Amino acid sequence: MLTGFVLPLALGLVGLAMGLNLFRLLKGPALEDRILALDTLTINAIALVMLAGIALGTKAYFEAALILAMMGFVGTVALAKYRLGGDIIE
Amino acid sequence: MKLRTGLLPQPVMTLLITFLWVVIVSRFTLGSLVMGALVGLAVPLLVRAFWVDRPVMRRPLLALGLLARVLGDIVVANIEVARLVLGPTARLRPTWLDLPLELESPYVATILCSIVSLTPGTVSVDIDMAGRRARIHALNAPDPEAAIATIKRRYEAPLKEIFRC
Amino acid sequence: MPVSPADLLVSLLLLVGSGFALVGSIGLARLPDFMTRLHGPTKATTLGVGAIVIADMVHTSVTTGRLSLQELAISLFLFITAPVSAHVLAKAALASQARRAAGRSSD
Repeated sequence: MLTGFVLPLALGLVGLAMGLNLFRLLKGPALEDRILALDTLTINAIALVMLAGIALGTKAYFEAALILAMMGFVGTVALAKYRLGGDIIE
Repeated sequence: MKLRTGLLPQPVMTLLITFLWVVIVSRFTLGSLVMGALVGLAVPLLVRAFWVDRPVMRRPLLALGLLARVLGDIVVANIEVARLVLGPTARLRPTWLDLPLELESPYVATILCSIVSLTPGTVSVDIDMAGRRARIHALNAPDPEAAIATIKRRYEAPLKEIFRC
Repeated sequence: MPVSPADLLVSLLLLVGSGFALVGSIGLARLPDFMTRLHGPTKATTLGVGAIVIADMVHTSVTTGRLSLQELAISLFLFITAPVSAHVLAKAALASQARRAAGRSSD
């Protein structure tokens, strides 16, 4: 299967992407950069979870990916709102 | 424009929620369809108080055409952004665009700004409905006037036509 | 070694998807200021993960022999939320820039 050869490569590329996000997360410089890095890290984590699902041949990872997508979005908006005015819930 | 009331305040939303429910449950049976339809009916009624005034879609077929154009543009935009990101960063010309809005409804303006954020090297930052302007940041726009004209022609004109506003 | 069309499609989508995810993150890591950094993740990473999700969809449909549309929900959700996250983040960045300019920095 061709997919068997491509999967480790895709996992490597996404892993490298997450490493770069981590670099931005640690480096900053502003808080917004760190929030953006966290958001991108979550989106890449969704990709990683989906790839793991293909590699292990199970559908059990679907819910994890969906919940990551939702939590990532809510977290990003909450952090950005905090940065915007200090109040998360108006 | 008045807020639509009754049992079906958001028919498109009801259809979308029903479809998503059946897809996520992943059992294409009558039971899951009925359950999805119930949720699809209940959710728009429950969140009606939070919903902004929404103009009626006049040209659904044109909306499908716009959707296809946006999906195509997303792919083209990404190849373009990839080229810019991987190329020398000193050659980038990031600029602020000040887009005058012809749309009257905040709902439609939000759709326009979401499209702008997803397509060629632009992110919308601020919508000022009182002053009828949108602030947009462009990753690489040596000619701001041309970039604004492209957004107006490709996305705003069809949206105006679809919602007649 | 026989390669089925579905196999080829899944492999292609996986490569394109992870490639774009990486490009978005490279943009985040190397572009010079916050507003330009915002462009990489909102577009490239969203499309990249969208492609991986579609690859998973095709793969699951082929291996189980049943049409699997669940994964589409994730792509749909990502494409709806990406502009919103970018918008609030850009607004937050502008607000804190204004605060810094006014000399009330909290960094």
